[in-house]
Amino acid sequence: MGLLVNIEKRLPGFKLEIDLSCGNEIIGVLGASGSGKSMLLNCIAGLIKPDKGKISLDDVAFYDSSKKVNIPPQARKTGYLFQNYAMFPHMTVAENIGFALEPQCREEKIAGLLERFHLADMGGRYPSQLSGGQQQRVALARAMAVEPKILLLDEAFSALDAHLKMHMMKEMAESLKDFDGTALFVTHNIEEAYRLCDRIVFLNNGKVEALGTKEEVFQHPQTAETARITGCKNLAAAVRTSEHSVQIPDWGISVATALPVAKQEGFLGIRANNIKLGAGPVEENCYPAWVADESEAPFRTTLFLKIGSVPNRLDDFHLQWEMSKEQRDQLRTLAPPLWIRVNKEDAFFVET
Amino acid sequence: MNFDLSPAWISIKITFAATAVIFLLGLAAAWWMTNYRGRWQGLLDGILTLPLVLPPTVAGFGILLLIGNHGPVGMFLNLFGVNIIFSWYAAVIASTVVAFPLMYKTSKAAFEQIDPNILNAARTLGVSERKIFWRVTVPLAWPGIAAATTLSFARSLGEFGATLMVAGSIPGKTQTIPVAIYFATSGGDMRTALVWVAIIFAISLTVMVATNYWNRYQEKIKFGAGRR
Repeated sequence: MGLLVNIEKRLPGFKLEIDLSCGNEIIGVLGASGSGKSMLLNCIAGLIKPDKGKISLDDVAFYDSSKKVNIPPQARKTGYLFQNYAMFPHMTVAENIGFALEPQCREEKIAGLLERFHLADMGGRYPSQLSGGQQQRVALARAMAVEPKILLLDEAFSALDAHLKMHMMKEMAESLKDFDGTALFVTHNIEEAYRLCDRIVFLNNGKVEALGTKEEVFQHPQTAETARITGCKNLAAAVRTSEHSVQIPDWGISVATALPVAKQEGFLGIRANNIKLGAGPVEENCYPAWVADESEAPFRTTLFLKIGSVPNRLDDFHLQWEMSKEQRDQLRTLAPPLWIRVNKEDAFFVET
Repeated sequence: MNFDLSPAWISIKITFAATAVIFLLGLAAAWWMTNYRGRWQGLLDGILTLPLVLPPTVAGFGILLLIGNHGPVGMFLNLFGVNIIFSWYAAVIASTVVAFPLMYKTSKAAFEQIDPNILNAARTLGVSERKIFWRVTVPLAWPGIAAATTLSFARSLGEFGATLMVAGSIPGKTQTIPVAIYFATSGGDMRTALVWVAIIFAISLTVMVATNYWNRYQEKIKFGAGRR
């Protein structure tokens, strides 16, 4: 049956309105800061009381405003992994893990969990003596100790450095494989969500903006906001000109699309890594562009391009084009303008 | 030499009793106010802190109005033939009222320092609120609570104005060290006054210093030597 959430919660200047149902799967909850991700977890865990609605897990009501049900967090037994891990700093690792366990089975269970989370010789240490990755394992072991039916993971990897992050993500994927229940994985990092989750929910300003399998949401975003959160850098207002083409007034071009354009007005999205080098005006979706600015990352370079004319300032650009360093070096040999091309399949139209 | 040591025993007895009462009341009030989010927050906090800034004579006057022979509490106790004004109990009440805000304010500040996620983590694990309070909240706030207790202890040991008003200065019964110093000085007996000054000085300093060292030792064994 899984988790059902249908709640409303008002705060000054913010309204959370969530309607969501999940089975035994890993759901990624994506959204910008302040979109209500953590508040959603807190409502499910019982740490925040919604104004109205219903939350139930496997047909057990956690919260139901119409029946005045609001069971305390203690009785919900959600495995909650906090962003800062929220260790009990005055207890050893073993004491942290065993804090909520019954005395008769405590020692045995602690030993099993220490083993399972690769903490076998860490039981006597204090949290302050552990590395970030070890702390995360302890936090997960502690949450798993009470055998939760649902796991709530709040920005679990944001405190780790890049190298450790990859390693811990693998471990987490391994641990979640054995987990028989719903896991909600809150993050603002699309890579983490894509790697770990089956389905993805996008929150925007307290509401569910999109929900679907990760392939659906990433490849065919249904809204401009979803496209933006999934990392689409180039979005512009578009007007339909025929079934398979739109006009983009801001950029002064028209673009052919593979999928039919359903509405008169909307937005066109092109991912920064889907732009190609074109041959010239003879090709479809090929435009002359000038470089306004350039931004270098360790292995990738992003060019900021203006279509149709020479840019006046660094921030006078239309499109971002992301490429490898090698490709960037090849482009240096060409005389401006650069002819850029977009495959029809890579130009997607969204209505809102 | 015939030196009356009774003020020392009376002072210590009163101070320990008052500190015990303050510890429980102050912790309860601090924890309750830490979680209270209602609209009376500012007013309640003000009332609980008031004895800290009012002259002790005002506190003494207030207590007299309550427990004096014509006050509501005093009249009620009179029904059972109990009279607490000018008794040992009155001195405990005076010390409690005057030193309470130190316990309340200091431990409330310590409670507010605790990361709410730590307490929430314990809640989601299914641990009862009572166990969370005694096993997580109090240990984490312990340095602050210890400081609060020491301060209240020292304050009630030195309490003078309110005590004098409600308990008087009955030698061997309600005369505490500060009261003894006052009467010795006003009677011209500087030697006795000086002895008591030295004694109260020694007790207060010892308690404060001992708490500091004990706290440091506690933190070391609690959080491990490699605390960063």
